[in-house]
Formats: sequence, structure tokens, C-alpha cells
Amino acid sequence: MRKLALTDEILMSVEKPARYIGGEVNAVMKEKQQVDIRFAMCFPDVYEIGMSHLGIQILYDMFNQREDIWCERVYAPWEDLDIALRKHKIPLFALESQDPIKDFDFLGITIQYEMCYTNILQVLDLAQIPLQAKARTKEHPFVIGGGPCAYNPEPLADFFDLFYIGEGETQYYHLMDRYKEWKKSGASREAFLKQAAQVPGIYVPSLYKVSYNEDKTIASMTPNCPEAPEKVQKQAVLHVSDTFYPTKPVVPYLKATQDRVVLEIQRGCIRGCRFCQAGMLYRPTRERDLEMLKKYAVEMLKNTGYEEISLSSLSSSDYSRLEELVNFLIEACGPKKINISLPSLRIDAFSLDVMGKVQDVKKSSLTFAPEAGSQRLRDVINKGLTEEMILSGAGQAFEGGWNRVKLYFMLGLPTEQEEDMKGIAWLAEKIAGRYYEVPKEQRNGKCQIVVSTSFFVPKPFTPFQWAQMCTKEEFLHRAYVVNHEIKEQKNKKSIKYNWHEADVTVLEGILARGDRRVGPVIQKAYENGCLFDSWSEFFKNERWQKAFEECGVDPMFYTTRARALDEVFPWDFIDIGVSRRFLEKEWERAKEGVVTPNCRQSCSGCGAAVFGGGVCHEHQN
Amino acid sequence: MNIRIKFSKTGPLRFISHLDVMRYFQKVIRRADMDICFSEGFSPHMLMSFAAPLGVGLTSEGEYVDIRMNHAPSSREALERMNAVMAEGMEAISFRRLPDNSKNAMSIVAAADYEVRFRQGREPGKDWEKRLLDFLDQPAIRVLKDTKKGQQEVDIRPWIYDCTIQDGVIRMQVSAGSVHNLRPELFIQVFALHERQGYLVTSSELHIHRLEIYADQGTEGKRRLIPLEALGEDIG
Repeated sequence: MRKLALTDEILMSVEKPARYIGGEVNAVMKEKQQVDIRFAMCFPDVYEIGMSHLGIQILYDMFNQREDIWCERVYAPWEDLDIALRKHKIPLFALESQDPIKDFDFLGITIQYEMCYTNILQVLDLAQIPLQAKARTKEHPFVIGGGPCAYNPEPLADFFDLFYIGEGETQYYHLMDRYKEWKKSGASREAFLKQAAQVPGIYVPSLYKVSYNEDKTIASMTPNCPEAPEKVQKQAVLHVSDTFYPTKPVVPYLKATQDRVVLEIQRGCIRGCRFCQAGMLYRPTRERDLEMLKKYAVEMLKNTGYEEISLSSLSSSDYSRLEELVNFLIEACGPKKINISLPSLRIDAFSLDVMGKVQDVKKSSLTFAPEAGSQRLRDVINKGLTEEMILSGAGQAFEGGWNRVKLYFMLGLPTEQEEDMKGIAWLAEKIAGRYYEVPKEQRNGKCQIVVSTSFFVPKPFTPFQWAQMCTKEEFLHRAYVVNHEIKEQKNKKSIKYNWHEADVTVLEGILARGDRRVGPVIQKAYENGCLFDSWSEFFKNERWQKAFEECGVDPMFYTTRARALDEVFPWDFIDIGVSRRFLEKEWERAKEGVVTPNCRQSCSGCGAAVFGGGVCHEHQN
Repeated sequence: MNIRIKFSKTGPLRFISHLDVMRYFQKVIRRADMDICFSEGFSPHMLMSFAAPLGVGLTSEGEYVDIRMNHAPSSREALERMNAVMAEGMEAISFRRLPDNSKNAMSIVAAADYEVRFRQGREPGKDWEKRLLDFLDQPAIRVLKDTKKGQQEVDIRPWIYDCTIQDGVIRMQVSAGSVHNLRPELFIQVFALHERQGYLVTSSELHIHRLEIYADQGTEGKRRLIPLEALGEDIG
């Protein structure tokens, strides 16, 4: 029987002991004496969130296919266990073996959002691994980061030995082979880092030196040894239908946030919305084969026992064989009473027809993400959704029995004016008006329109990476304008308005475009007691503010400051394929309100064609 | 047809809550490709009901779940198929067909057998075995129990049907189910309080293991306890 790292007393005293015992269906057990590399894969948030993440499931399966590697999982202990681990000095452990992760060869941390940065330090701290990479010795694991936030790793540069830039399927095996050679050689820790730096996609922050101008902007960032490349190339899988994908994902006992089979139908997005980081990072758009997806859907459902399957992608409607895939799933899943969930679908006749088949119309709601309230501003952000499309989609849906609509917008977008903010209220009003055009006997009671606004955060590698970000006060003022205008509408009783918290958004903005000088602030905030910042009940803005003051770092430098077109950015050393020149051109077009066609309409020469696959090379065979 | 499945829950899986066990079993049924019946309506659910929830931290070799199936394989095949897809620590022990008019497990639970051990070093002093049996040997054991109407004094003595101690293991048969459900840790806690130990014994200081759950087939005041699985028959 597996032993547990925690005593019964501790397990019985914490909220959900099932978070910490491992042993889930499809979890991989190996003999530790028979492997060469022990890899702990971490999602630095609570178990139920971390277990919902597809990327870890893919890498977990990939690593464990190799006999010489045992990949295990670890998540951020919730507050109650955090206290118990510190009190009893129990080192943080991996779920499968329940062994301390400080004894592992690697600790891999996926960095999915900025607000998990203090949890990364928590995981290191509880694992009894020095927070600062430079303080680690041969006794410690190598700490490697990946995921979307690794595209600007600089605020975290002090805490990681390495970063993997891009999709893990391509180079991890090579990196592991180099590690095995190094381990045999008995050479220094630094020697491995220099070896690793030569693997494509690997960034070793300690091998680079950053210098600054008098105005505090970056003067240069240069390698301090010949092994480190000047530019780190993003890794992308070219043959997405012939690569790693887990047929037997781990099935948690607890209800995870994503409690279903996740079928990733494509990577990337053809749309090119100018605020969207994923839309640029994951270029080129690459579709998986229909036959592969059918096969995986059936196998994954069989191996997990889930009662729901969800398609995953940035924009499912753009998958060219969606209709065939959905029809297959309806046929395969219907008799087995398996639900099909179709997020990120454009609302049109096809999707309404499908949704009517797979879900209860009365209970479900329609989702539109116009992102901006006016056509002018939607052109600025290159969101190709028009008011006519929304009203016609909503109208068809209302006639089909739906009566609930969710609308998502952003406030604080570049060039936003009061008219654009008020436009949010006007659009909601028009949708409500469209509902009441449906004859009364066909309507399903009153309509409910839920308007949600988030605040815009400029992200690296987007056309808006130069943009100034609003202050907290500006953000809240804009939410006030929307709220006030909604109250002026005839159908105000059918419209509900939610807005996001502003101070956490400002912090996200600092971390997103931060540089190495933000690292000490993160550590100070953690030491001041910041943890689980993405959970509003935990977020303590005043402690973050105090950390900025104590470190002498001005938050406004990273948020509201206007950036010159030729400013050196902390993330410039990464090459994502999409060129800086393209982003700059898009930034200019945005300011002129000129839209750019999507990748299937015509190629805009972003640079991603360099990867030699995906949408860039469709119809060229 | 109605099927009763007996299963065990041991080892680390004692920390899985009852709600999670229910979700787990739904997935087992799917992984084992069992032809289970669903309820009608737009969001159909499996026809499945559990006999008696087991508290977090307890182990058991006598858990029960009833399911309704369209077609059932033989007991042997069903056990093989389920155990091939169950996690270490849970095992299906029997798979039996119930008579068509049988009541579901939850409604007929009348008693349960438990083994209770103190964790090492947590025993209440020397010779605790004798003192515990003496404590039991009184006509009434009055306890303040939380009920829906607030706290009420109840006599739990009649609900303890049998209790023996051997090699430090307390083996007890107690009333269970919807009428009078006695949790074994409550009895131990009352004993500890009675001994003026000055602290409440918490569940984590005890190892509690459920052995069996019974239905009462007796008539008019005469108890005749039968293990729930004995109400069904193996499918050949």
C-alpha cells in the first residue's frame, strides 16, 4: 500500500484531504530505483484548478512514456495545509510517490497567469528549495518554468534556473538526454545550465546580463557566455496530429474545475485580435486531423469514465471540420448519455442547431464576446464581430427558445472614449429590444442579459504591447460610466452588470510587462504574506503596495507610462515567429481603426510562416 | 434488474469523501462499460444509490451500492470488469441480483459492524479494555446529541448490540440507518469524557473500519440481522 507523506491527524484537519493523497485513476506509479530522472510537474494553484489543466496532462503522459523518467504532480497546498507544513516542517511532496520534491531532479512549474507568482514562491519555500536560483546547489532540483507567462519570464528570472519557451512536446526529451549526460559527468550545476541553453527554446536567465538607460528603460540584454543564444526560439509542434496526447488522463476524485474529457482540436487562432496574447503566441494555427480527434475522443471517454467531453481551442468555429466532428460526437455520445460542451463557438445557424441538440435550451445561455461597445473600437482591436452579427445571432436564438445572453467586454482599451463605454449599454439594450420583438407566445418569459467587463491589460507580443494602461481610478470610472448608462436604458431590468476588480488588474499589468527589477517586489510581497492572489478573498493589495515601496519600484513605470516604438522590451530576446515589425504595423493600424483580415482570408505576413506548417501553408501542397 | 454491489474502501482512499465516492462509482460504471439504466429527462442520471455514507478517514470492507441495469453480465465477469478499472484501495467484492420487489439498500440499513482501534499511544491509559467494558455494562448511557431540533439527551446503550475487545481491537455491532444511527466514535468519545480525560477524542485518533452493513429481517421486536449482500443472488 502507498504510504502518505501526511499523518492522519493533519489530513483530518484540512479542508479536502483528497487534494494531497494522489492515487487517482490513471496516475502513474513507477519504481524510483528504476528511473534516471524524477520530474515533479507543478501547477502553482490549488489542486482542483491545477488538475483541470490540459498542458500538464500532456507533458505528464509524454514524460512517463519514457522508462527512464518518472513524472509526478504537485500543486499549491491550500492555506490550511500550508500552515501545517510550516508548523511541522514537512517538505512539500509529489502526489504519486509522496516523496519530497527537493530530492527530485527537476521541478517544472507551469505559469499560466501572473497572479500565481507568489504561489510559485510558496511551492519553492514549502519544498525547502531556495527561492533564489543562485542559492541552489547540486543538492537541489533544477527549477524550470513554462506556459504563457514564460513569454515574459523576466519578473521571475531570479527564481528559475531555466525556462522553456513554447510547446513542451518538441524539446523536453532532448533536454532530459542532456541532463542524463551531465548527471553522469559529475560536472557543475552551471555546466548543465550552459548545456541546456543550447537546446532550442531553453532560456537560462543567469546567462544574460541586462543594462539600463538613465530613464530606467532597458539599454541592452546580452548573453554573458558563448553558450547562450542571443535569441531564444519559441517551440511549436508542427505535426499536431502525430504527437503526444494523453489517452489516459489522470482522473481526480475531487470535482475539478474542468471535470470532463478535454479534446484540443487545434492550436493557435486565425483571428488576430490585437489585445489577445494567445492569438499571437500560438501562431501558426494548426488543426488536428478529424480521424485523430474521433479516435482520441472515444478512447479518452472509455479510459476516464467522464460523462462530459469538451472541445478546446481558441476559436472552435474556425476548425474546418467542426460539423463532422460534432455530428460524430453526438452520435457516439448520445446513447451513452455523455454531454458535449462546445465553448468558444460563434453564434450562428449551425452552432444554434448544434447547441439545441446537445444542451437544454432553457438552462443554457448564449455567449457573445464583442469585447468593445462600439464598431469603431471593435475595429481598433480587430474583433471581427459586428452588431448585425450579434443581433441576428441573438434573434435566431431567441426564436429558438433561448432567453439568456452573456456579453463580455473590456474596458480601458486603447483609444476608448465615453461613447465606446456607453455603447456597451446600448448594445445590451438593442439585444433586449430584439428579444421583445419575438411574439409573446414564442418567448420564454423575460430575457436576462448579463454584461461583464474586465479591464484591459496590455500583454507582451501583442500589437498593444506599447499601450498605456489605465490607473485603478480610471478603470473604475469607466465601469461607473457603463453602469450609469445601463440604468438609463428602457430594458434596464433585464440587464445585469458585473465588473472585475481594478486593483488586481493593475498588478497583473505590472507583472505582465515587468522586468527583472520586479522580482524583488514579488519576493517581498510573498514575505509580506501575499498568496493565492488570484483568489479575491486572499488578495491583499496594500501588502503589494508596501512591497513596491520597500523595494523602491514605481508601479506606474510598468503600467501608465507611454512606451516609445523603439523601446527595448524585457521579452525582446524571445522570437515567437511573429515579428516585432508586424506587431508595430498592427499597432499603427489599430490607432487608425483599420482592420486586418484573418489568416484564411489573406496572409498579412506576420512571420509565423517561418515554422513551415499550419494555416500559413494550407492549400500550398 | 436491480443489482447490489459490495465494495471495500481502504488505505489512502479513506480520505475520499462520500460525495466523491459517488462520483467515482459513476465513472467506474462507465469505464467498465456496464449497461446501467438512466433516469428520464433532459439531464439523465444513473440509477444508483448507496447504502450508508462512510465518514472521511474511515475504512471499510462492507460498503454497498445498488444500481439498476438493462442487462447484467455474470457476477464473475462484472467483478472482473469493474476491478480492472478501479483504483488501488477500492475493490468490488460481490455483484448480486436482487429480487424485483426489493427495497433499496439505503432504506433497509439497520445495523453495522465496526472495528475500532486507538492509534498507537492514544489508548486511554492501562487496562482501558476492562474499563470500557465496565462502562458499557450499565443500563443506560446518556448523551447529548445534535438533532434537527437542537441538542437532545438520548440513551445510546440500546443501540449498541454487541461489543467485544480482543488484542486492543474493539469490535462492535451498532444500530445504523435512518432510525438510530450510532457512529462508533461517538461511543468512544462518551467513554473518554466519562473517564474525565479532559479532551475529546477526535476521529483522527481512532482507526475505524466498517466490516459489514445489515438489514433487519426480524419480526416484532426480534432482531434478525442479515448482511445486505445476502439479499441478492450471484448471477451465474
